[in-house]
Amino acid sequence: MAKKINSYDDLMNYFKEKEPLIRNRIDLTDKNQKRQILVCGGTGCHASESKLLVENLIKLIKDKGLSDKVSASQTGCFGFCEKGPIVKVFPDDVFYIEVKPTDADEIINRHIIENKVIERLLYEEPSIKKKVETQQEMSFYKKQERIALRNCGIIDPETIDEYIANKGYQALGKALTAMDQDGVITLLIESGLRGRGGGGFPTGVKWSLAKKNNVPEKFIICNADEGDPGAFMDRSIMEGDPNAVLEAMAIGGYAIGASKGYIYIRAEYPLAIERLQIAINQSREMGFLGKNILGTGFDFDVELKYGAGAFVCGEETALIHSIEGMRGEPTTKPPFPANSGLWEKPTIVNNVETYANIPPIILNGAQWYNSKGDVKSKGTKVFALAGQINNVGLVEVPMGTTLREIIYEIGGGIRDGLEFKSVQTGGPSGGCITKEHLDTPITYENLISIGSMMGSGGMIVMSEKDCMVNIAKFYLEFTVDESCGKCTPCRVGNKRLLEILTKITNGNGTMEDLAELKELSEVIKDTSLCGLGQTAPNPVLSTLQYFWDEYVAHVVDKKCPAGVCQKLVKYEINAKCIGCTACARVCPVECITGSVKQPHVIQQDKCIKCGACYTKCKFNAIDKN
Amino acid sequence: MAQVTLTINDRKVTVDEKSTVLDAARQLNVKIPTLCHLNLHDLKINHTNASCRICMVEIDGRRNLAPSCATPVVEGMVIRTHTKRVLKSRRKVLELLVSDHPFDCLNCYKSTDCELQTLVNEFGINKNTYEGFAMSQYPVDESSKAIRRDLTKCIMCRRCETVCNNVQTVGVLTGYKRGFEAVVAPAEMKGIVDTKCTYCGQCVAVCPTAALTGISYIQDVWNAIFDDKKTVIVQTAPAIRVAIGEEFGMQPGEIVTGKLVAGLRRMGFDSVFDTNFGADLTIMEESAELIERVVKNKDLPILTSCCPGWINFLEYQFPDLLNIPSTCKSPQQMFGAIAKSYYAEKIGKKPEEIVVVSIMPCIAKKYEASRPEFAPNNVPDVDFALTTRELAKMFKEAGLDLNDLPEEQFDSPLGESTGAADIFASSGGVLEAALRTAYEKMTGKKLDKVDFVSVRGMEGVKEVTIDIGGTPLNFAITSGLGNARIVLEKIRSGESKYHGIEIMACPGGCINGGGQPFIHGDSSIIEKRMNAIYKEDSGKKLRKSHDNPSIQKLYKEYLGEPLGHKSHELLHTEYYKKHGS
Repeated sequence: MAKKINSYDDLMNYFKEKEPLIRNRIDLTDKNQKRQILVCGGTGCHASESKLLVENLIKLIKDKGLSDKVSASQTGCFGFCEKGPIVKVFPDDVFYIEVKPTDADEIINRHIIENKVIERLLYEEPSIKKKVETQQEMSFYKKQERIALRNCGIIDPETIDEYIANKGYQALGKALTAMDQDGVITLLIESGLRGRGGGGFPTGVKWSLAKKNNVPEKFIICNADEGDPGAFMDRSIMEGDPNAVLEAMAIGGYAIGASKGYIYIRAEYPLAIERLQIAINQSREMGFLGKNILGTGFDFDVELKYGAGAFVCGEETALIHSIEGMRGEPTTKPPFPANSGLWEKPTIVNNVETYANIPPIILNGAQWYNSKGDVKSKGTKVFALAGQINNVGLVEVPMGTTLREIIYEIGGGIRDGLEFKSVQTGGPSGGCITKEHLDTPITYENLISIGSMMGSGGMIVMSEKDCMVNIAKFYLEFTVDESCGKCTPCRVGNKRLLEILTKITNGNGTMEDLAELKELSEVIKDTSLCGLGQTAPNPVLSTLQYFWDEYVAHVVDKKCPAGVCQKLVKYEINAKCIGCTACARVCPVECITGSVKQPHVIQQDKCIKCGACYTKCKFNAIDKN
Repeated sequence: MAQVTLTINDRKVTVDEKSTVLDAARQLNVKIPTLCHLNLHDLKINHTNASCRICMVEIDGRRNLAPSCATPVVEGMVIRTHTKRVLKSRRKVLELLVSDHPFDCLNCYKSTDCELQTLVNEFGINKNTYEGFAMSQYPVDESSKAIRRDLTKCIMCRRCETVCNNVQTVGVLTGYKRGFEAVVAPAEMKGIVDTKCTYCGQCVAVCPTAALTGISYIQDVWNAIFDDKKTVIVQTAPAIRVAIGEEFGMQPGEIVTGKLVAGLRRMGFDSVFDTNFGADLTIMEESAELIERVVKNKDLPILTSCCPGWINFLEYQFPDLLNIPSTCKSPQQMFGAIAKSYYAEKIGKKPEEIVVVSIMPCIAKKYEASRPEFAPNNVPDVDFALTTRELAKMFKEAGLDLNDLPEEQFDSPLGESTGAADIFASSGGVLEAALRTAYEKMTGKKLDKVDFVSVRGMEGVKEVTIDIGGTPLNFAITSGLGNARIVLEKIRSGESKYHGIEIMACPGGCINGGGQPFIHGDSSIIEKRMNAIYKEDSGKKLRKSHDNPSIQKLYKEYLGEPLGHKSHELLHTEYYKKHGS
């Protein structure tokens, strides 16, 4: 049975007792302490058998009788997903990449017993072309600052004692014992924290609106319905630091006067759900949730509500209706949830990352936080880097960092030495940003001014091999699939946008279609009921603005410059053909003719443009135009 | 209530703070087109879905256009209702709606009565901007005898859903599927016949397009009229005479009883009778039943049973209360039963040689006419139930304009009626008619003041206590099934102190039935029809059902006494527990 924490003093004593648990992960100077091996337990590394790796390590430690010298456990996401599974050895401060379950032997025998670093598992830092041992030496980490992700890679998310050991629940304790409701809200307002779900509304102001309503029942909701393609910021926080979300929600409950919280999480996040549930159970047992928290008379509890994965349920009114058991559809605002939300009670809906920032702000003060970042966008922001970039992964940087720094320094530039073409931020609601804007400091306002938006933090990098018309089409396919169908512009308008884009990528587009794309997009933005519809045309508008020539090439020349749009691609056999017949044999529709050792020919009317011949040919004898 | 002042198109207007921008604009006579919005003030039905995005306006300081129907007014707001940006957006939104709507106005049931078509006309949209793009495909649901659903014409205004769920609490319709495929339908897209639909037809009454319409029997009726071997008679419900004039450009509430009779006769019906006769007959039986139950203090409260929508609601949702409604058939069915027995004998015809057509303000009457218990030996008592709207179409097809017709009298004997029958059309009327007869039967005294004003009006739930010869009797009058549910729940929980309850499925009663001329959001029309009904009653010489000489003769010659053996056989029915999703 876990110890019940009955007061703030109790908590501080317990903290002192548990603090050694993770001391050597934070203070790396004392190399004589017991070693700890931390293995990334995020979903990505899990999929590469990191769990088996931890089990292997634990078994070996036990079998070899090393339990008093070393331990092994899992932790939250290190962010360097490109090179996962990640293993870090403390206090040695050695960072291993792409570790397989079978590498457990070598880690124990060589690193732990023989005290030798395993060279082959080290990361080669491209800037110096040398293997490096520590995170600090890696460009991927140099410009990062971890606030929301502070515990990811440091603590075991399934052990509340480790959360407490890193000052967990002290912010709640401080708020409940040393601050009044308005004090918490004022601190948040002064910190400059803005919603990390995409809108960027000042969190403290939102809380103050809900607090003003003098009614007995209010609610705190955590929006964990992360739905942007390629985004996994919130998932990683919940998997790596679930207690931080619970603590912040309790602080919110105290500040606005709510005693019940809901985490609306998509059912496709089983690991996050599991860890949140473990955290809720442990937190209840210790008294951080439930009645009379820390003996202050404050009651608060949290319940998980599973979403079925509808993107629109990330919109706060739709999310609220979904919790109420209704169809997940948005309703018009006002009324805003802070005045009339869940069951028509004042309700705060904040996103996971927003909550994760709150405990350190309470502990370190508004000034500490608002000294980081940019003029209007304070603190840090987590981004999920994906696409044609070398270092796919999760990064947290101060606001105001430029896109160039993220893509080239942290992200390691474009894959396969290709040319950068564009970066898409803000998910399906965002826009595509070009080379000329790479030096833009990232802030809410700057991204909007260049036709995109912050969104929840997805960042998809595209190279010269990506067709921008096709990218716009990809996002529209997503929003058309995810539209709830309530309002006309989103239900019908986005469908029409997609159909026009399909027409263009099929080679049937006209210049009138391009004009219609623009006009229709503007109306959809201006008239849709919720944020989903209002932002859905952004990928179309931004690509039209920055990649007009590419659209024109599709429409006028009937060509896809990136060679992506299948219907516009033409395969032809050139003079290099030696008549090996490999292409003819691989062609699924038998449209390649020619005798052995004679040049072959593709019958264009039969070709389905699958590209099989192009891939098969070893002699560069097939041109793709 | 506090007032706020705002500016619309450079004109100031002061409105109550709970108003919307649309309300404020209407106060200035600034017209903003709407489509999904429906606010029936007089019936307390407000549907503000803000989903069609036609009523968009420009508000200073707001990034996006705002839906005027759902935007609350704020002090100092500056609004423009027809800027270039607004007009362009509205047009585009309408073009989008049209692009997913069959372009078949020529053969559409709702042509000239369609709110989408009206807007398309006003906007001058004459082609599909998105020709060749995808259109929603759904099969037409004609599974029931009453309601036709063609979801290719659904524009997702959701009015039907609000009416079905929030007003009627029937709970059949819901948003179905998502995105481009989204429509309103029963769960799992079941056929309406497999649901607990009451066929009240309020969904049909509010549908702006032809997604929901009644099943039409116009051709069947013409065929019968032109069939020489059949004797085709017609009955018209009391609510028709105060509403059908609207279809011919007359003012709402204009009483056209005599012209209606003339028109029906010219259409070729062999006899033109009146459902009012059936209503007087209903009162004879139902008041006798009321007295019997009050005297025996058994199965109280007695519930009226004239409304087939309400009876369906009972059978699906309150099967534990099947014993308390009156066992009387509705006036339509009493008329049919008498026509195919007493009247058939009188004119020397077999029941199957007679075709009974009824003109009803109602969709559920189509279903009621098809109930198997109302077809002895497989010969239905009522062959076809037409709505007011269908009759208007038939008149027009035959070139009959009510404006030009003379006033004529109903045929005898099933055409004679009293003022008590007229008021069946409006909420409170059935009870009032029953009281006029029950009072005299219970007290043996003549009732001089026949107007029971306290039971009248549009209020959804009315409660009255009426003293009858020293006995105070408690009654409730409800219209709208959601209001019925309130009192039925009271009966279920044992809280009810009522002796009798009148229930009508449609808010306001049959004057607002699902088969009446469309009111297109103007609920003042209902009140005008209601006033006309009471005017018709007060103008009658005979105002108590038991004073109807044809009714007296019917009992004398054929039925004997109310609740007697013959009455039970012909005029009473029973109810069944039903299941539907």
